[in-house]
Amino acid sequence: MNRLLAGPSPAAGAESAASHIGRLGRLPDAGPHFIDTLTQSRIVGRGGAGFAAGTKWRAVATHSRDNAVIVVNGAEGEPQSQKDRLLMSTRPHLILDGAFIAARVLRARGVMLYIGERHTAARDGMMRALAERSEPERALVATQTAPARYVAGAESAAIHLINEGVATPTTMPPFPFERGVDGMPTLVHNVETLAQIALLARHGAPSGTSLITVAGAVAKKGVLEVDSETTVGDVIKLAGGTEGWSRAVLIGGYFGAWADTAAAWDLPLDATGLRNRGLSLGCGVIGVLASNRCPVCEVAGIMHYLANESSAQCGPCFFGLRALADACGRISEKGTSREDIARLNRWAEQVRARGACRHPDGTIMFLQSALVTFAPEFADHRPHVTKLAA
Amino acid sequence: MSNSLLWYTTRGAGAITLVLLTAVVVLGVLSSLRAQSDSWPRFLTAGLHRNLALMTLVFLALHISTAVVDPFTDLGWVAAVIPFSSYYRTFWLGLGVIAFELLVALVVTSLLRNVIGLKAWRAVHWMTYASWPVAVIHGFGTGTDSWSAWLIAITIICGAAVGASALYRLIAGPTDPLAAPRTDFRAAVQKRDL
Amino acid sequence: MNRNFVLAVDRIKCDGRGICAELLPEVIRLDDWGYPIIAEDPIPDHLLSLAQRAVEDCPVLALAIRRADKAKTNGN
Repeated sequence: MNRLLAGPSPAAGAESAASHIGRLGRLPDAGPHFIDTLTQSRIVGRGGAGFAAGTKWRAVATHSRDNAVIVVNGAEGEPQSQKDRLLMSTRPHLILDGAFIAARVLRARGVMLYIGERHTAARDGMMRALAERSEPERALVATQTAPARYVAGAESAAIHLINEGVATPTTMPPFPFERGVDGMPTLVHNVETLAQIALLARHGAPSGTSLITVAGAVAKKGVLEVDSETTVGDVIKLAGGTEGWSRAVLIGGYFGAWADTAAAWDLPLDATGLRNRGLSLGCGVIGVLASNRCPVCEVAGIMHYLANESSAQCGPCFFGLRALADACGRISEKGTSREDIARLNRWAEQVRARGACRHPDGTIMFLQSALVTFAPEFADHRPHVTKLAA
Repeated sequence: MSNSLLWYTTRGAGAITLVLLTAVVVLGVLSSLRAQSDSWPRFLTAGLHRNLALMTLVFLALHISTAVVDPFTDLGWVAAVIPFSSYYRTFWLGLGVIAFELLVALVVTSLLRNVIGLKAWRAVHWMTYASWPVAVIHGFGTGTDSWSAWLIAITIICGAAVGASALYRLIAGPTDPLAAPRTDFRAAVQKRDL
Repeated sequence: MNRNFVLAVDRIKCDGRGICAELLPEVIRLDDWGYPIIAEDPIPDHLLSLAQRAVEDCPVLALAIRRADKAKTNGN
């Protein structure tokens, strides 16, 4: 069946090579024509940026002189996301299939696994699966550990860690497809993207599904595999529903956008439809805001987190996000003031697109969607009175 | 006589070189500390620093060439380029050659900054803090028999200016406001061995 | 044939010295923390030599002049 989580129950742990091959057959040979197949499949990256995979492959193929490098990005630095961990710990052979297909088609001389330092079950699953692969495949692979910080999962940060030992994002150009690991043309793909590509190679068609992590005020937080017809409401119901009502959902993780839950309830999680509403699946996290959680305070907390995750390489990002987070904090703790709202709008425009990486941009988009979705709450926020014990 | 003229030109050009070098050092410190006021923009500090450095080299060239051709010292051009190779006041003159070559390295690396990159340029630039004291000691050693009160006063004033600037620069610490948080973040995302 | 040029800044190298904004206020202004905001329009012809000077005078070599038709990248 053409689904990522088809096969043995995820509770059974990492699927063995025998089960994997028994289910899906041997890894098919793929030649340069596979790039056309990939382009036509419209598969996009699942790490958050959503870039067309076929375009990336073509760019690397153009630059590769039998020296390309494939980076398997299992950093999963987004705090609420669990899909990559789940995939690495239960379907590692799908991920490795995707990596080795890329290595063959793009004439790579190495595959680098980049796994988050805290994801121990994921690492074990991948290492065990790697041991079951053929000798030539194993010889291609090296492993690096991704630090558990938000920006360490960015493509350029992964490459910088491999090259220079520090996971900080870098200025682009040069882009990874022209100069990446050791100066070689490099393809960086999220583990889910590679797994999707492995299914494409076997079934001839994309699965049409996506993995999403449901987080927040739902009864059963966790990972779901959804298709383009699944709606936001379906997802919340599949996750056991919310206690009470939900004011809003955050679609796409911390670099995603807020939407009013009632308005988004019937919205299918289909890329085009989402884009028309200014939304995107991003890294696949759908966070449900609890009914007893103040949206303004929630946003202030996330803004402080994102400001702290700046790599402090660019002034506008470090100082700008800090200033924005502090303004949100003041609104949260002391109440709305016209000055702070004006500051939020002013600094958001000043900071956007003025860093070397997309960290400030993602944060600004998150904040601006919050200012729109929670306009009434931001316009008139008062400090919450804490009830003292009698 | 022309001997005296050469000798006075050498000493005069040397003194002017010292004053210019002092101004260059002070302006360099002001530049790195991002000094400015409403009527004094930063590009003025940077531009003066650069132009006075070039002027320093001009007067230094005058100082060296008059010293070399002066029959009294009998130096020859080799002595002006290879440190401690002169017969006349070997050690003190040698120091002068070192100071001269540091300044040449400074100007050449600055002109070729685009090619050699910032790290190499900065390394050479820090070394030139040494050229000032080396030049002053050279001055003491090569002209002890003919120091006037004026020259001593100028040297002391220049010394105070450079000393104060260097001290101020040391106390100020890193001038990049991102230096500390960047270092902290880098430490947090170092390569791990698991 | 009109060639359009724009100023591009390396955001990581830039550390907010501000000399560029002094030299070329028509194209560069500073944000609330002293870092350059560069206008997206091509540099007017009569300011090209000043732009070149801003590139040379940047103490950390963060500025460059690029052809306007080159792909826009993050960091401008």
